[in-house]
Amino acid sequence: MKMSKALTRIKSGFNLRHLITGQTADLQKVKQPFWVIVEKEISDHFRSVRFMILMGIVVLTCMGSLYSSLTNFSEVVKNSEDEFFFLKLFTTTDGAMPSFVVFISFLGPLLGIGLGFDAINSEQNSGTLSRIMSQPIHRDNLINAKFLGVLIVVSIVFFALGFLVMGFGLFFIGIPPTAEEFLRFICFTLISILYVAFWLNLAILFSVKFRQASTSALAGIGVWLFFTVFYGLIVNLIAKATAPSQFAHPEVVIRYQTFVKNLMTLVPSQLYSDATTTLLMPSVRSLGPLTMEQMAGAIPNPIPLGQSLLLVWPQLTGMIAAAVLCFALTYGLFMRREIRSK
Amino acid sequence: MASHIIELSGLTKKYGDFVAVDKLDLKIPKGEIFGLLGPNGAGKSTTILMLLGLTEPTSGSVKVCGINSTREPVEVKKKVGYLPENLGFYDDRSGLDNLIYTARLNQIPEQEAKEKAKMLLQRVGLTDQNKKTGTYSRGMRQRLGLADVLIKSPEVIILDEPTLGIDPKGVQELLQLIKQLSKEDGLTVLLSSHHLHQVQKVCDRVGLFVNGKLIAEGDVASLSAQLFGREPITIEARVIEHDKSKKDVEKAIKKVKNVKAVQKNQDTMLIDCTEDVTNEIAQAIIESGLGLSQLYRREYGLDDIYQRYFEKSQV
Repeated sequence: MKMSKALTRIKSGFNLRHLITGQTADLQKVKQPFWVIVEKEISDHFRSVRFMILMGIVVLTCMGSLYSSLTNFSEVVKNSEDEFFFLKLFTTTDGAMPSFVVFISFLGPLLGIGLGFDAINSEQNSGTLSRIMSQPIHRDNLINAKFLGVLIVVSIVFFALGFLVMGFGLFFIGIPPTAEEFLRFICFTLISILYVAFWLNLAILFSVKFRQASTSALAGIGVWLFFTVFYGLIVNLIAKATAPSQFAHPEVVIRYQTFVKNLMTLVPSQLYSDATTTLLMPSVRSLGPLTMEQMAGAIPNPIPLGQSLLLVWPQLTGMIAAAVLCFALTYGLFMRREIRSK
Repeated sequence: MASHIIELSGLTKKYGDFVAVDKLDLKIPKGEIFGLLGPNGAGKSTTILMLLGLTEPTSGSVKVCGINSTREPVEVKKKVGYLPENLGFYDDRSGLDNLIYTARLNQIPEQEAKEKAKMLLQRVGLTDQNKKTGTYSRGMRQRLGLADVLIKSPEVIILDEPTLGIDPKGVQELLQLIKQLSKEDGLTVLLSSHHLHQVQKVCDRVGLFVNGKLIAEGDVASLSAQLFGREPITIEARVIEHDKSKKDVEKAIKKVKNVKAVQKNQDTMLIDCTEDVTNEIAQAIIESGLGLSQLYRREYGLDDIYQRYFEKSQV
């Protein structure tokens, strides 16, 4: 219901008549408080020093990864078997620097946490929260608007960066992307945004939970570090401890491998990297173990986009579920909370 | 019924075992300035939060303009302007921008919001409209807060400790402004404070709030009547003594109709009576040959009332 309302509002916002006549008066009249907050959030982010710093880091690393993939590009193209040259721009590296995909998977959480960790508690600490909440807006409007504001900012950044990398790539390698490559790139960007959305939700959750912005930032970074560094170690330990013997029945081995894989899929970054590698490397046909029987008769060909998407569907669902879970918790915490001034 | 703009009945708020607000009943008619008085931690702010639906009551009901604040906070917040105790603004924006933002949250079109914000800034006496709120002084913030409250054209304004941390002159001006606004626009004002004389000057009615209970309400005169009701009117007289015996004076005064008791400390006499008989007492004193240097009826200010209640609540 709300969604459809919002959609019609967006549609009416982009009404052609307004664009032509430049008539904005009656457009503003219908502007809901929600969009007013979103607008303010976005302008706040673009003005903030924090955003400049985060952007600086992201742009620099992306340029670095582009450079590293370009220096090695001719070698990669010569050795590759499929025709998706353009996508290699995002995944190859000369070894000195990680690829674009790895960078995004590394910086995405930083962006999400960095832009969301003080969403609510900074308003509370500066005394603006009780003033805003005493305006005729629903409580969820505030957290929704905060979330959407950052998401819009991140989307703009990711698309801009992606297109920038594409443009430079086009300039240097001279091969235009095919339609499918372009679509795969769009899907990749959307998944990246979804990935950031998860971390953003987590950060907003902490910002509601913890009164101190620094505590909430640390909590966010803590979770991120745990998943990127320690969780892998723990899974490794478990894997080693439960490994079947060399001579075990193949079924046991497969069960064991699925178990380890399932453990790893609890990590959002694993879901993300699975999803993006599948999308950017069309030759990936499975994310789990395949038996010889399954491989028999298969032609070693890249699979179409639809099939790739089907392959990463569980990963996508997992990421959406994680994001929704964080959001639901935030909602539960914030909706019935007492809003005191300071 | 319709004339009461704020209606609280049986309102209770508990935090665990601690009862912050205890079965509060209160009705505030339209156009009144009501002062909620009490020490820190008496439950004033909690009551205000419940009025705005910013926290849920444990039991009881809150109605503002006939709307239930707990169920339909948004409708209530359209009509109520609230100035929180520690109000904050977006420090990197100007006062004008902050006001426009609030106005737009109230669905006022941008152009109108801008004009209204400028007008209100003038009205509360903030002339430099483009100054960032981060550089505002406490008094300026409070003024901006008042403008922020008024921009939605509320029917009721609720001010939580509006005079806190402002210098005496600023307090005077602020209260005068509040009074003026209430009279000009017919606003109902609910303000909480622990500063008694400040509030005494502007409030039509006050309620005394101690430990979550409203222990007395009414205008200052009727409050003192409620509190000192059992005691008769006290008249204080200071006399200049001559050689005449003291007994004569006391006897003479006691003979005056409605006088209950006379107490004498050196040259000061405290006379308790059931009616105001100042005139007769003066006559009695002079007739008994004493000089009269001072004679007045004792009024109980809020401070006395407050003090009295405190003594009671601590027992």
